[in-house]
Amino acid sequence: MKLITAIVKPFTLDDVRSALEQLGVLGMTVGEVQGYGRQKGHTEVYRGAEYSVDFVAKLKIEVVTDDTNVEKVLDAITTAAHTGKIGDGKLWVTPVETVIRVRTGERGTDAL
Amino acid sequence: MLNAGDTAWVLASAALVMLMTPGLAFFYGGMVRAKSVLNMLMMNFIALAVVGVLWALYGFSMSFSNDAFGGFVGNFDLAGLGNTVGKLAGFVTAATSSSPEVAWPGSDALPVLAFVMFQLMFAIITPALISGAIADRAKFWGWTLFVVLWVTVVYFPVAHWVFSFNGFIGADAVGGWIANNLKALDFAGGTAVHINAGAAGLALAIVLGKRKGWPKDTGRPHNVPFVLLGASLLWFGWYGFNAGSALAANDLAAVAFTNTTVATAAAVLGWLVVEQLKFGKPTTLGAASGAVAGLVAITPACGFVSPLGAIAIGLVAGAVCALAVSLKYRFGFDDSLDVVGVHLFGGIVGTLLIGFFGTTSVNSLGADGLFYGGGFTQLGRQAAAAGSVLVYSFVLTFIIGFAIKKAGGFRVSAEDEVSGIDEAQHAESAYDFTGLSGGGLGSPSTIPVKSTPAAKLEESKA
Repeated sequence: MKLITAIVKPFTLDDVRSALEQLGVLGMTVGEVQGYGRQKGHTEVYRGAEYSVDFVAKLKIEVVTDDTNVEKVLDAITTAAHTGKIGDGKLWVTPVETVIRVRTGERGTDAL
Repeated sequence: MLNAGDTAWVLASAALVMLMTPGLAFFYGGMVRAKSVLNMLMMNFIALAVVGVLWALYGFSMSFSNDAFGGFVGNFDLAGLGNTVGKLAGFVTAATSSSPEVAWPGSDALPVLAFVMFQLMFAIITPALISGAIADRAKFWGWTLFVVLWVTVVYFPVAHWVFSFNGFIGADAVGGWIANNLKALDFAGGTAVHINAGAAGLALAIVLGKRKGWPKDTGRPHNVPFVLLGASLLWFGWYGFNAGSALAANDLAAVAFTNTTVATAAAVLGWLVVEQLKFGKPTTLGAASGAVAGLVAITPACGFVSPLGAIAIGLVAGAVCALAVSLKYRFGFDDSLDVVGVHLFGGIVGTLLIGFFGTTSVNSLGADGLFYGGGFTQLGRQAAAAGSVLVYSFVLTFIIGFAIKKAGGFRVSAEDEVSGIDEAQHAESAYDFTGLSGGGLGSPSTIPVKSTPAAKLEESKA
């Protein structure tokens, strides 16, 4: 199993969610995060005073999936979150030892 | 004889002006950081509580009772307001070809208490205006004590100077020196309210000093929609402030209402044009600030100028104030929310421009300014009034602020300032950002807290 972590632009969430739903992904975790990459921040002006915003608001989406589905999930997220402009975000994949469903105690892929 | 229409309008205006102070609280509250918005709201709201009581006890009497000496302050005959119940106030009605003179209080009198309540709302918002100069860093009870002392020593006397006219509160009553001797024109409080609060804001910003990190970190406004909402409430309430200052439901009130509208509209444009030229973008905060700058500037002038004059005053005020808000960086005083840039400068612009745009064709009790063939006389009187209030307010405020600071009660610790004044001073936070404490994490207790002395609260925080 793999954990796929995606940092994306907040407004792409709906597209990403429906793309994953069509693949049969049954769950995900979403959080609001802030950070920067190549995009850096931006500058705002309040009554003539410049205020630099160093961290940009993004969403972090986490999905755990069966090894066989990893490429499909990566493709789906990449397509759905793509705008072609700087700041579209990043995905990364990390191995997962096991998963346990709290309600039943099931382990491994059965718990997904 | 009581005039029912006038009385109804003045009472309604008093209610309109009351709403301005909560409106101001949101105007200011949106501009501060999320961790200090409650303190900002409270600094404004406490003015309603404190001045509401002081006004009845002795404030109205100091401002509007018969002069005690030299046009400087009223006596205490009306303290407690007991002597105002059932009494009327008004001016002798002058004789006309069709009707003879009507002795005091004239044919269009008001209940004194309607006037008491109308003027109370001015006494409340004026100290509240000052709070913007010292956002994020004042101890709440220190500020409250400041409000008590400031209205007593500064506002009540200055209101007497500007707003107390001879022969209004009683047939032989003597009022204040600016209104009756100097004969400077101030329709609704450009001097007594805005220059007064602006000069006080400057003094207090200097006494309390800069916030930690200023000017590098000016603090981003945490809720710009609040700012626009507050500015809109101010604009709405300001119709009571300005048109209500006619103290009658008449043509002059309609003139003041009209001038208030067009000047404010022009000031929004003035501010946004300056922003577009200087920074390349018209901002929401700029639009809200421009509206308030226009309202401030038209306040003294709204009953003395034509609508075109009002538009000119608004445009000038919007542009001047948009530039004036940068002065604090040049001179190094942390007037956090620009009480100086907006209220002091806006008040001075409006007060002085009466000397240019004033015309007796609008109000026979007004004066002709430079552009209407009146020469420099009125401009000189306006400058004298503006300067007197500015200097008096600045000096007295500096002394009061310094005394409270020396007594150890004005500025919060650096630690509290960084962690947030809402939590440090009020044991509250404005927003439940995460939802965690509302959702289950932590152990919220609904058991009533047994009275916790401040010392213990401090301990539990540590």
